[in-house]
Amino acid sequence: MTASTTLDSVDSESHDQAAGQGPLTKDGIPLKRSLARALRREKLRALLLIAPLLAFVLVSFIFPIGDMLYRSVENSIVEKTIPGTVRALNDWDSESGELPSERVFAALADDMMLAQEIKIHTRLGSRINYDQPGISSVFRKSGRQIKKLEREAAMNAFIGLNADWNTPEAWATLTASEQWPAQFRYTAISLDNWKAWLASEEGDDADPAALVPHGFTYATLYHDLSNMSASDLSALATSSDAPVAALFAGVPDALASFPSDDFKGQFAAIEKGWTEIDNWQAIKRLSPPIIDSYFLAAVDSERTDVGVEKKPENERLYLGLFLRTIFLSMVITTSCILLGYPIAYLLATLSVRSSNLILILVLLPFWTSLLVRTSAWKVLLQQQGVINDLLVWVGFISEAGRLVMINNMTGTIIAMTHILLPFMILPLYSVMKTISPTYMRAAKSMGASDTLAFWRIYFPNTVAGIGAGSILVFILSIGYYITPELVGGTKGVFISNRIAYHISSSLNWGLAAALGSILLVLVLALYWTYDRIVGIDNVKLG
Amino acid sequence: MSALPPYASTGQRIWFYTFRYVICAFILFFLIAPIITIIPLSFSSQDFFTFTPEMLALDPAGYSLKHYEDFFTSSDWQKALKNSFLIAPAATLIATSLGTLAAIGLSQSHVPYRRTIMAILISPMIVPLIISAAGMFFFYSRIGLQGEYLGIILAHAALGTPFVIITVTATLVGFDRSLTRAAASMGADPVTTFFKVQMPLIIPGVVSGALFAFITSFDEVVVVLFMGSARQKTLPWQMFTGLREQISPTILAVATIMVAISIVLLTVLELLRRRSERLRGLTPS
Repeated sequence: MTASTTLDSVDSESHDQAAGQGPLTKDGIPLKRSLARALRREKLRALLLIAPLLAFVLVSFIFPIGDMLYRSVENSIVEKTIPGTVRALNDWDSESGELPSERVFAALADDMMLAQEIKIHTRLGSRINYDQPGISSVFRKSGRQIKKLEREAAMNAFIGLNADWNTPEAWATLTASEQWPAQFRYTAISLDNWKAWLASEEGDDADPAALVPHGFTYATLYHDLSNMSASDLSALATSSDAPVAALFAGVPDALASFPSDDFKGQFAAIEKGWTEIDNWQAIKRLSPPIIDSYFLAAVDSERTDVGVEKKPENERLYLGLFLRTIFLSMVITTSCILLGYPIAYLLATLSVRSSNLILILVLLPFWTSLLVRTSAWKVLLQQQGVINDLLVWVGFISEAGRLVMINNMTGTIIAMTHILLPFMILPLYSVMKTISPTYMRAAKSMGASDTLAFWRIYFPNTVAGIGAGSILVFILSIGYYITPELVGGTKGVFISNRIAYHISSSLNWGLAAALGSILLVLVLALYWTYDRIVGIDNVKLG
Repeated sequence: MSALPPYASTGQRIWFYTFRYVICAFILFFLIAPIITIIPLSFSSQDFFTFTPEMLALDPAGYSLKHYEDFFTSSDWQKALKNSFLIAPAATLIATSLGTLAAIGLSQSHVPYRRTIMAILISPMIVPLIISAAGMFFFYSRIGLQGEYLGIILAHAALGTPFVIITVTATLVGFDRSLTRAAASMGADPVTTFFKVQMPLIIPGVVSGALFAFITSFDEVVVVLFMGSARQKTLPWQMFTGLREQISPTILAVATIMVAISIVLLTVLELLRRRSERLRGLTPS
């Protein structure tokens, strides 16, 4: 709408001008307008051609990357698994030094009853265990015992007061009242929990409208009522809604004398972990749906009650691994420069015919499968492998002194230098090709020695190529996974190997996503630098 | 310095020959030797990864084709081979068709947000594979494509498109626009112009882009490791697990076959490059 109005006004303006003496096309349309239209059509056509691929890459690649970034902070599992407990913990002051109130334990009993029924409590246990080691067994053990909890105290008290509480109609009345659910937040959560539990336990045949909920829900109702203000309570008992008033008649006065289900004591008897404040602090800390704990873990820190702290020395892992990845990538990049420079120089100075031959020697490894090259190195570098055999045969080393060149940093550096070398040679070569030999001749004619001419004239001209090649090799190396995994042992692995480990073995996907996000930022920053130096359009292949 | 000048001093001569025949020869040896070494080893009659005395003595008894026989008779390897030749062409087809269209679009003279679009389209090539694989694994398992052929094909197609874009764009850079105008002036509609004039000229770029996309998928292992189940194992997947668990000499036979495939691909690419330059009126170098 806006766009078309603007266009119209532009059109009418150009009309006014054209009405005078502006050039017209054959059809009598002002030339300016006709050109603008053609341009618009051309832009549209270009976009239409690009659109299918753009949509494809967005869906199949960019969304997944976004999903990973989201997963590194996403933490809805706690709130989804124990919704009542999370809500009840809001009122608990984690620094008070006291355990949460009975109300929290009642909510926990209620949430756990459903969680163990649909078998999601162990998953929650493992999640919290990442930040609070040891808690997963607390959840596992409690899950097994939860059915044995005594839970009838509040229920019997309600029924003793008014037998109607034992009828489904009472619950229908309650849920239809105007105070529901605003004043019965926990009871509402508990009722949902119970319905889900019932559906799972009894199948679809069970009709929740024909049954009364289990004791946990009555206990929750009791806690909701006893946390209400006196005026709200009496408003219930004297409600203009007659059935509600009948249901709550006498409840306000009797509440104080209701017996407690003592879930706190019962949980403490099942697993003493529930009496440890650390565990509760961890649960409370991890209850928000968006959380930075994975990122903190990825930089060897953790959030404790006094704020963010470094982990103890012996538990630090990832910062060291990031540093090792960067260090090894720098070593590999340096080796690539040292080995790549002479070859690129040779390629640039030989005749076309011989340089083509050598180029094939460079391109063949480039085109050979990564796994083929890695397996070749694995075979060559073994202690019983070709290189060690050769060295023993020549007499450089003794039979007992065979070198350990694999499953350590040496293995990673040798194999990756070999694999990434073509990525250094090719950009260097394309820069060196453009340096005219007359520069060197001019320098020498003015009396420079070979060395001086090289360092003062030739080398400075190749720095751009070194930069381009180095960033390329560094970017590729920093994210490598396959080769370090196969020849790196434990000392020569990269951060990628840790990411893979968390995805496929430890199943701590959040941490894998956080580590991946950090690596991604690092690579994008480097890539941005590459773009500034070389330009994205100058990426050449082969 | 392509050749030594006649007036070179002894020092210069020594350096020249050292550089060329010692330093450079050593580096080239480093580049090529690992690949060359595994070829004879793959014909060994023993299960060792080193040259046996019989092999060094060129005794025919030291050589055999048993590792190749293993490869062609093992159901694991054959399944992997079949999967590789199912996934790679499918991914190549998607990547090449979408990529070529987009490259033509990108080479028009007025493309809004060209830089941003280019950055998005090239990103699968820049992002480290482990991150792409992690993201795709998370996302595809959400939508139920994890452990499915379709999921791997789509993932590989996404990884291959940047190569198609780059190669086709490179061919289009030298494309003479007056050719399409000439065709139009003689009454050809845009579709005819595309197929009769533009397509024959850019076809070498398209084919080499397709080759790159093919080799990307054919050689890719990280995404397959995460996203595939045992049903979708490909050649690299099988090689990777073989190398990690217990390394069997069959891998050397597979490696040799794959080297042969790369040599064929490399030759095809080089021929295409020359043809493309000839078509565009450049002297092949």
